[in-house]
Amino acid sequence: MHSMAARTLFDKLWDAHVVADLGDDVALLHVDRQLLHDLSGYRALRELQRRGLQVRNPERAYAVPDHLVSSAPGRSGGNAEWSNLQINGLRSSCDKWGIRLFDVNDAEQGIVHVIGPELGLTQPGLLIVCGDSHTSTHGALGALAWGIGSSELVHVLATQTIVQKRPRRLRVHFSGRLAPGVEAKDLILYLIGREGAAAGTGYAVEYAGEAISELDMEGRMTLCNLSIEWGAKIGMVAPDARTCDWLKGRPHAPRERDWDAATTAWRALRSDAGARFDREIEVDACKVEPQITWGTSPQDTIAVSARVPDPSATNDIARRAAMHKALEYMGLVPGQAIAGTRIDRVFIGSCTNSRLVDLRRAAMLVQRAGRRVAPHVRAWVVPGSQSVKREAEAEGLDRIFLDAGFEWREPGCALCVGANGELIAPGERCVSTSNRNFVGRQGPQARTHLASPVMAAAAALAGEIADAREF
Amino acid sequence: MEKFTVLNSVAAPLMLANVDTDLIIRIERLYRLDRGELGAWAFESLRYLSDDRENPQFLLNQPPWRGARILLAAENFGCGSSREGAVWALWDLGVRCVIAPSFGDIFYNNCIQNGMLPLRLAAEQVESLAAEAKNVGGEISVDLAAQQVRTASGRLLAFDIEPGQRETLLKGLDAISLTLAYSAEIDKYQERDRMLRPWLYRKA
Repeated sequence: MHSMAARTLFDKLWDAHVVADLGDDVALLHVDRQLLHDLSGYRALRELQRRGLQVRNPERAYAVPDHLVSSAPGRSGGNAEWSNLQINGLRSSCDKWGIRLFDVNDAEQGIVHVIGPELGLTQPGLLIVCGDSHTSTHGALGALAWGIGSSELVHVLATQTIVQKRPRRLRVHFSGRLAPGVEAKDLILYLIGREGAAAGTGYAVEYAGEAISELDMEGRMTLCNLSIEWGAKIGMVAPDARTCDWLKGRPHAPRERDWDAATTAWRALRSDAGARFDREIEVDACKVEPQITWGTSPQDTIAVSARVPDPSATNDIARRAAMHKALEYMGLVPGQAIAGTRIDRVFIGSCTNSRLVDLRRAAMLVQRAGRRVAPHVRAWVVPGSQSVKREAEAEGLDRIFLDAGFEWREPGCALCVGANGELIAPGERCVSTSNRNFVGRQGPQARTHLASPVMAAAAALAGEIADAREF
Repeated sequence: MEKFTVLNSVAAPLMLANVDTDLIIRIERLYRLDRGELGAWAFESLRYLSDDRENPQFLLNQPPWRGARILLAAENFGCGSSREGAVWALWDLGVRCVIAPSFGDIFYNNCIQNGMLPLRLAAEQVESLAAEAKNVGGEISVDLAAQQVRTASGRLLAFDIEPGQRETLLKGLDAISLTLAYSAEIDKYQERDRMLRPWLYRKA
């Protein structure tokens, strides 16, 4: 049906994983790899055990504690007894089933969506799932990847398959190149702001165009990571020479003769000319400015040069009410310039923006500015993985951050979601490179402004929201 | 899994857009407590004041909506995090059906996995249900087999659902046992894949 005509990248990936057609556009799909973290992964293993089921292919599962681990220097586990119980539970479940675990202080530990690509576990053409909505990140390498709940994860562990309705196909074409000082984070926030938090619902999204070809792999990961923030649980970029170069030599990447066979197969993974999408969106990447969110949804984003929007300017009554609520929560006034808003905290980290390139750019800004973190600000840098941390230290990035007054911490999800108990205090304002500015996300009554790593670094130095291009 | 057939209840007109799963249940509550204990913490930030008293302004703290088994919401309900605990928290609160114009994709599937009906209606229809709930009150009836909502005033609204998901809910089917029947096909797929992508099958 789909295989004869010109196909999209998504169609090729989907068709290659169909074990059985269940009718009504629903298929039983083979899962190539499943990633387990200390929250949903452990929960799924526990449920599997409770139901007396078996792990069908333990060699296809990889586990890592990331949400619950402390990010404090010298940490050995979680920050609380209950988190250590979960981490220990994950350990013993992995032990029981023979699942590869990257333990708390192992050389490979890190945020699941950072270590997957980094270790070469994520490869073009693979179907990857994880009990985590930011699994869309892995699509940056041309994998078909999405986040699932823990019941679906039990199903995957027990059967190595997932039952799924075929989503519709959407392509976002970014023409032109990013202006200096503008990052992948700005590009995707801009798109979410323009299209809305639900626009991608029901779609598998492919990002394409000049701005994407030019983007480094880390930038593509940031882009795909935030797909879920406009509703698309799948986001992807077709693999190209940059993808292959980036993967080559990574611990789980194919080697020698395998490498040639694999890359030949990967090169075919792109949308054919004339392939049909259910929806196409055009974005002029040149026009995008550094973004900062003002509200409590990732769609509430503006250019850093802009003013906080006025709810009375919209005719949509429900939207107006939601904007008022968001502004009240955020302690902002309509019409005020967003730049210059005093902040208390800065968080550079999370599966969105904690990779080496992110830290390098932030550190370069700090070095260039020759300034220290403002005295009233507490600023954290949390590398995405042990490997990122090691490489950053080898380059001296940790010294740049530490000398400027940032804290240099241990890899994990940390302040992005506060599952490890590390939170922003009520009423405090944080510029964060993470992915969600939801009410209470970083702690009850915490106020989150999402931005790129350079914007976060600039805010730390200025002590207020600031335009990174001015540093 | 509990079957979903017909549900009669008042429908609480929550009518917020983009309700994210962090708002439904905070991650720390979810992982410190077990299923069955989450009801008290559903919508925590809306439900309680800073001194832990109930917020009388919040809809679900008000009669007749307290204990409603049906929620009415605006678009993109259950967006954000994949945490299945969002469904469990609603379940523990007594909710069995959410009616909205659209849902977060992952949340939607999580509902089906747990016997909860995520019911899509056009935005105008959800708004009309909300208006009726506020102005007239009374129970509405959701009939999954007939794919029909009967409003308090007796209007009938048809809704769509994917046939397999409908059957799963109606019969309370277990997805894993159904899939285990495909074991031979899964074996065959993996054998073929070993030939097609041998590099995935060598030890790192």
